[in-house]
Amino acid sequence: MEPHYPLFYVFHFYLFGVIALASAITFVTRKSPVAAALWLVNTMFSLAALFVMLDAQFVGVMQVLVYAGAIMVVFLFVVMLLNLGHPSELADARGGGWKLAATLIGFGLLSEIIVITKTKLPSQLVVARDFNEQQLQKLNAVGMIAEPLFRNYLLAFELTSVLLLVAITGAVVLGRGRAAGAR
Amino acid sequence: MLAESLALTAALFIIGVIGVLIHRNAIIIFMCVELMLTAVNLTFVAFSRFYGPAGQVFVVFVMTVSAAEAAVGLAIIISIFRHRQTVDLKNINLLKG
Amino acid sequence: MLLQSAVSAASQLHPLSGTIAEWVWLLPILPLAGFVINGLLSLAGAHFGPSDPNTPAHDDAGHPHADRVVFVQGDPQITHVEADAEDDHHGVKRHRWAGAVSVVGPGVLILSFLLALGIWQAMVAANPTTPFLQTYFSWMPVGDLQINAAFQLDQLSMVMILVITGVGALIHVFSIGYMRDDPGYPRFFSYLNLFVFFMLVLVLGANYPVLFVGWEGVGLCSYLLIGFWFNDKANADAGKKAFIVNRVGDFGLLVAMFMLFANIGVLDFVGVSAKAVDLGAGSALVTTICLFMFLGCTGKSAQIPLYIWLPDAMAGPTPVSALIHAATMVTAGVYLIARSSFLFSLSPVASLTVAVVGAVTAIFAATIGLKQWDIKKVLAYSTISQLGYMFIGVGVGAYVSGMFHLVTHAFFKALLFLGSGSVIHAMHAAYHRTHSAEDAQDMRNMGGLKRYLPVTCVLMWIATLAISGIPPFSGFFSKDEILGSVFARAQGSTLASASWLGVPGSTLLYIVYGIGLAAAFLTAVYMTRMMLYTFHGPTRTGTEEEQALHEAPWIMTGPLVILAILTIAGGWLNLPEVITDLVPLGPREVLAHWLDPVVGGSTARIIAGAPAVPTSTEEALIATAVIIAVVGILFAILRLKPANLPRARDAVPEHGFEGVVAHKYYVDEGIDRVIVEPTYRVSRTFFWRIVDNGLIDGLLVNGSAALARAFGWMGSRLQTGNVGIYAWVLVVGVLAMLGALTLR
Repeated sequence: MEPHYPLFYVFHFYLFGVIALASAITFVTRKSPVAAALWLVNTMFSLAALFVMLDAQFVGVMQVLVYAGAIMVVFLFVVMLLNLGHPSELADARGGGWKLAATLIGFGLLSEIIVITKTKLPSQLVVARDFNEQQLQKLNAVGMIAEPLFRNYLLAFELTSVLLLVAITGAVVLGRGRAAGAR
Repeated sequence: MLAESLALTAALFIIGVIGVLIHRNAIIIFMCVELMLTAVNLTFVAFSRFYGPAGQVFVVFVMTVSAAEAAVGLAIIISIFRHRQTVDLKNINLLKG
Repeated sequence: MLLQSAVSAASQLHPLSGTIAEWVWLLPILPLAGFVINGLLSLAGAHFGPSDPNTPAHDDAGHPHADRVVFVQGDPQITHVEADAEDDHHGVKRHRWAGAVSVVGPGVLILSFLLALGIWQAMVAANPTTPFLQTYFSWMPVGDLQINAAFQLDQLSMVMILVITGVGALIHVFSIGYMRDDPGYPRFFSYLNLFVFFMLVLVLGANYPVLFVGWEGVGLCSYLLIGFWFNDKANADAGKKAFIVNRVGDFGLLVAMFMLFANIGVLDFVGVSAKAVDLGAGSALVTTICLFMFLGCTGKSAQIPLYIWLPDAMAGPTPVSALIHAATMVTAGVYLIARSSFLFSLSPVASLTVAVVGAVTAIFAATIGLKQWDIKKVLAYSTISQLGYMFIGVGVGAYVSGMFHLVTHAFFKALLFLGSGSVIHAMHAAYHRTHSAEDAQDMRNMGGLKRYLPVTCVLMWIATLAISGIPPFSGFFSKDEILGSVFARAQGSTLASASWLGVPGSTLLYIVYGIGLAAAFLTAVYMTRMMLYTFHGPTRTGTEEEQALHEAPWIMTGPLVILAILTIAGGWLNLPEVITDLVPLGPREVLAHWLDPVVGGSTARIIAGAPAVPTSTEEALIATAVIIAVVGILFAILRLKPANLPRARDAVPEHGFEGVVAHKYYVDEGIDRVIVEPTYRVSRTFFWRIVDNGLIDGLLVNGSAALARAFGWMGSRLQTGNVGIYAWVLVVGVLAMLGALTLR
């Protein structure tokens, strides 16, 4: 099913993959929230690169803009706001036994996921090999996503916008402070 | 590249899970959840290569929801911090008893 | 009618179908209706609440209540009550419904007897060779097991029916007079009727389970009637003892039924009789089945080792002793063996066992009877002894002789018991007059009663002669026939050729014959002793009391007369050839011909090929029996001096061997120490403390509660209120669910 990939492509794929993985592991093992956030940003960047390599250019750009640029920034804002950066006041991770248990659970889940991925998806879902290429030629990268988004998944799109509205309202209300309700 | 992508996805997801289980700092737990969501995004994108653009569309939705969730969740954490002066999960136990 | 139309196909061709025999179901239903009506009447006049204020202060024997069961705040307590003479009741009120009960109670029995006569006439006319089966409904259809609620009418059951309803009717009439002043009058008749119902079900049953229903039912009624005056703890204990000992025997009968079904697959008499040979003649299987069945018979018919309940059962009213423990219930064991003759004739070892046990019981009980002072206890041991004779009869395969003795024994034993009832009635009246606390049943308090109860005296002498075996009374014929059969079998039969625990059968049978003769001698002795002490010699009752001694009213003496006539005439039921050849007295061997279709085959199987006993030997045997009986009577008359007998309260306790016999060889005490006490101890220490309290209460009941609490505690630990733990639980849950999906 897959075409033959040139070495350049494969090398960089693995490179970014390793970077993502290493960043993720480092992110998880940091004590300081600031350090953890920055390492997560790194992970996002590498994943964005991977997205682009997987022919999802729009998504890759969105990853950088939204995830790394907005969400992680908000995280860092909150950390700074609450002054949680100083190591002396930081909350530790759980003890050694818990870590071991968590690792074991992780391995269990991993094996289950591997087993699940062995299942075959129904063949009706598979599109032509060069379907994506054709779409890309017909419409550009943005159009490739916009077309199903505004045609087939319009309802979901509208609902998502409502969701965003609700989230914004909620965040504002929650973040306003103690005496906010009295006003 | 599908198999490798899926392997990476699984690994990132598991790392996120372990992070959620290990940490007691609410913000770091939150970030681990974000990592899990990103891993899922990768899955969708990897599959969309062979099954059409619907996967990428879904990634858009996931990102949107993730953003909304991050906003609201952090607002909640700020509220809690205002009350308890801590984000350590150990101390957030009003439901206890 | 629906019932009559529900007949089995075979009976369509039976000579009895379409005759009055189709109404055979009415025979037990009539007493059942009597039970219901009398029971309702008893309830209608009942006083509910603590012990009946109208209960007489004395029981049948005039014993003042020593241990009374009084209900204190709902719990029975046993209080020792002094003999309170002022508790007497002159002019006691009869039960409100006593008149109606007097009509209904004996009335249904008389109706049943008339119906039985009608059915008997039909049988005589039709002369059937196969049993008449009436199937009413399918009772237990379970896979291979097909048990129907069915009645079987053949010559054997006809004999039993006539005895039960006939003698039963007479005893019911007697009870009208005897239980006249008892406040439990309707209850008494309802229990008596229920007993007759169950007894009829027993003899009419077409298969072992229906027979067992009757078997258990008569056991129940025996318990109810022995403990009729239940306010006296001794009576209640006697009732319990009878029921429990019977139960041990019932276990044997049940095991025999199970084994029969397991090996043959059918339980109805016709079926088993056809398939019995499949069990193998003389095999261990047949022997085991027969021995277990015989265990049941020892329980019901009071043989060794389960006879211990019968003497205690004399605590019940005398009519009960007459009906149940003389004429009918205790004969159920003999009937069962006669009914199962096709099984017992296949197993010489089992038959020999029956005969040996019967013989040993006969002489054992006879020796005890020699030293009893209570008139009813003498008769009780006499019953046990005579039952031993019946078992000797059916044991050696002389089923006709056994049944013959059953019938004649019913006559003269009922006569003896009812006669003693008249005596006790008179003694009771005497002691009431002086408010004396003496025992009205102790022979040492009697004596010379022939002056006051002449009719009873004559009638009881007739019965005594009959039981001793003096011709021409019925007992002579039946007892002699049994002994003659034993001798004949000893000469040659399947039994003689078999060996019993190493002893050759013929030797054993000769020994049995010898024991039978010895027991006959002792029977004559103790019965004459009883008569001498009761009716002859000086009166020891006391001068004041004597004036109250009187003959019983005719409602009580009438049945006695009828029974005496039957006792005299009963021998004609089965006159042996030997005698009819000498003296043409009447038809020969009527009963044998009558029962031939039922037991003839089994008898032939046992006698097969044996040489006939020469007539001279038979005559010699008869002469021996008569001489021994006469010698016994004379021995008693000459040796026993009623004049020298002290009164009951002056009596000195016996010593030595006499003392052992007087205490019934300490069998009850032995059983108490060997079986009852250890059972109590094991129950109390092990079963109660460990199993009941510890295991069931502690482990199972409380333990399951503790387990639920533990699970609840574990569940509560999950709801900590700690959000971090919730995340863990969530992930572990996902792990489990995915695991279920993937590891299927």
